[in-house]
Amino acid sequence: MRPFEITDHTADVGITAYGATREELFANAALGMLSIIGDPDTVAPKQAREVQVQASDPAALLAAFLAELLFLLEVEHFVTRRADVESVSDTEARATLHGEPIAPHHDLHTEIKAVTHHELTVEHTEHGWRGTVLFDI
Amino acid sequence: MARGYKGGKPMAQGYNGPLERIDECRWRIPKDAEKGMRVDGIIYADDRLIELIRKDRAPEQVANVACLPGIVRASYAMPDIHWGYGFCIGGLAATDIGAGGVVSPGGVGYDINCGVRLLTTNLRREEATPVMQSLISTIYEHVPCGVGVGGRVRFSPAEEREIMARGPAFVVERGFGRPEDVEHTEARGCLAGANPGVVSDRACQRGQNQCGTLGAGNHFVEVQAVDEIYDPDAAARMGIKVGTVTVMIHSGSRGLGHQVCDDSLRMMESVIGKYRLQLPDRQLAAAPVDSPEGRKYLGAMRSAANFAWANRQILTHHVRAAFAKQFGRSDETLGLDLVYDVAHNIAKIEEHEVDGRKLKLCVHRKGATRAFGPGHPDIPADYRDLGQPVIIPGDMGRASYLLLGTEQAMRETFGTTCHGAGRVMSRRAAIRAAKGRSIKKELAAKGIVARCRGRYALEEEQPDAYKDVNIVVDVVHRAGLSRRVCRMRPLGVIKG
Repeated sequence: MRPFEITDHTADVGITAYGATREELFANAALGMLSIIGDPDTVAPKQAREVQVQASDPAALLAAFLAELLFLLEVEHFVTRRADVESVSDTEARATLHGEPIAPHHDLHTEIKAVTHHELTVEHTEHGWRGTVLFDI
Repeated sequence: MARGYKGGKPMAQGYNGPLERIDECRWRIPKDAEKGMRVDGIIYADDRLIELIRKDRAPEQVANVACLPGIVRASYAMPDIHWGYGFCIGGLAATDIGAGGVVSPGGVGYDINCGVRLLTTNLRREEATPVMQSLISTIYEHVPCGVGVGGRVRFSPAEEREIMARGPAFVVERGFGRPEDVEHTEARGCLAGANPGVVSDRACQRGQNQCGTLGAGNHFVEVQAVDEIYDPDAAARMGIKVGTVTVMIHSGSRGLGHQVCDDSLRMMESVIGKYRLQLPDRQLAAAPVDSPEGRKYLGAMRSAANFAWANRQILTHHVRAAFAKQFGRSDETLGLDLVYDVAHNIAKIEEHEVDGRKLKLCVHRKGATRAFGPGHPDIPADYRDLGQPVIIPGDMGRASYLLLGTEQAMRETFGTTCHGAGRVMSRRAAIRAAKGRSIKKELAAKGIVARCRGRYALEEEQPDAYKDVNIVVDVVHRAGLSRRVCRMRPLGVIKG
């Protein structure tokens, strides 16, 4: 199974992420988002951060989780290379993020303004979990 | 209607629902087109544009917005319409506050008060073009831009709250601009009712280092020259002649506004049940204007809007400093006067006449520009008899326009017109289309100098990714929503 696909939109960019479990789906969505912002291979998982997010339902939770990563990037200049997602319930996710402070060689080329809720989904299919997210660029 | 997208390839779908022609510039989505529509959808477009508009899913979003409680007259879309999130880009919706009308953060968007301002100079085109390479490099050095790049000016958390409360007036007092800049800013850059106290700490943290930063995406600073004048009297009043060098600045409220929208959307989603709202897309989450949630959102949104005006004010200061350095003269002797500054992502409480009654409306402009007609008290005194200046940026290869608001816009669209050219190609499609080409060289062949920070910025923002702004402006001019004053051609641009 591919971890994620990038989807086209007239002005913005989205991802469809997959996972055998919800934890894997969240981890793959984080990687998908980084692949829009820059080149994941330039980022090393040197430092770790613990995060915990809550939301009202599974789809909003995925958006909140990704928004948390954007917040860390923008305010603390921490780029997440890999998310080890420990647990995802309907309303709460916990993860350890591995990454490093922003450096010029990361070549971050695309600013994601926000994780939108437009046609946001998290669903269980016969092939596992799938989530769709659209980012405001 | 095609609402089944749950993860496929959305760009493959267009709009197949009803679109009835009203006249040469207007199309209708009748309110029986979809369950839940309270009013018609009206799209401004000619034959050329409507074919492009059918190719993405924006008309479906026009229909969705028509479902908002309290919406009056119609859900409108300007000719630069394209698929957005929740609302389409180029969308306009006004709700009747007295009739339980709602405010929707999605109807403003994440980049609250994204907008554009235009400066004129005393420079002639022939004085600027020989030094354009150097001028653009100097602007690029002065204006912080790109992902994760902080501002050159630091404000304390207390000062940030002052910025949210007072907008550019506060930063001008600190030396970033001229008092007359404030007079030539929509709403004088300060929306009454801003309540920084309801802006979350997270939003404040995101904005902390960002007042005076351009950002990335479609934001830019562009040096231009006027190449065509349609209304010589109005142009002269604004200090504009053929060959005048102008500067356009496009940016918004940065991370602060993005977080205000995100926070508000979550708050609104949690009360959809409380207000028994039936909405076709969760990005359209809303609450009555006259409710605790509505008031909280408006207090925070106005704070972010004021922050955005202050942001463009500091960017103006940086641009003036760059010009002064390049030409070895003070910025005052170069002119660099602010013609006007307009918001194109905003919700405002305005009074308009609907079916013979004056109503207090919450007007959402999402990728649409206020275009008040002559005589309106909210227009600066020196332009009041002309109508409100409207600034329409096009793509970086074609042109941009200065327009004026009209009486027709007041009657028909709550004093509103388009905001730009409107995208027609996705970012990824644009990168694919640029494969094997150098957009920088193509622009250079047209005499346009481009500098950008992001690796794909020029590819994503290439002229072909946009509709032809000349056609978009032609439609709003013919529809009477605004009228042309002059056109500017790009000479040089910096992008994030």
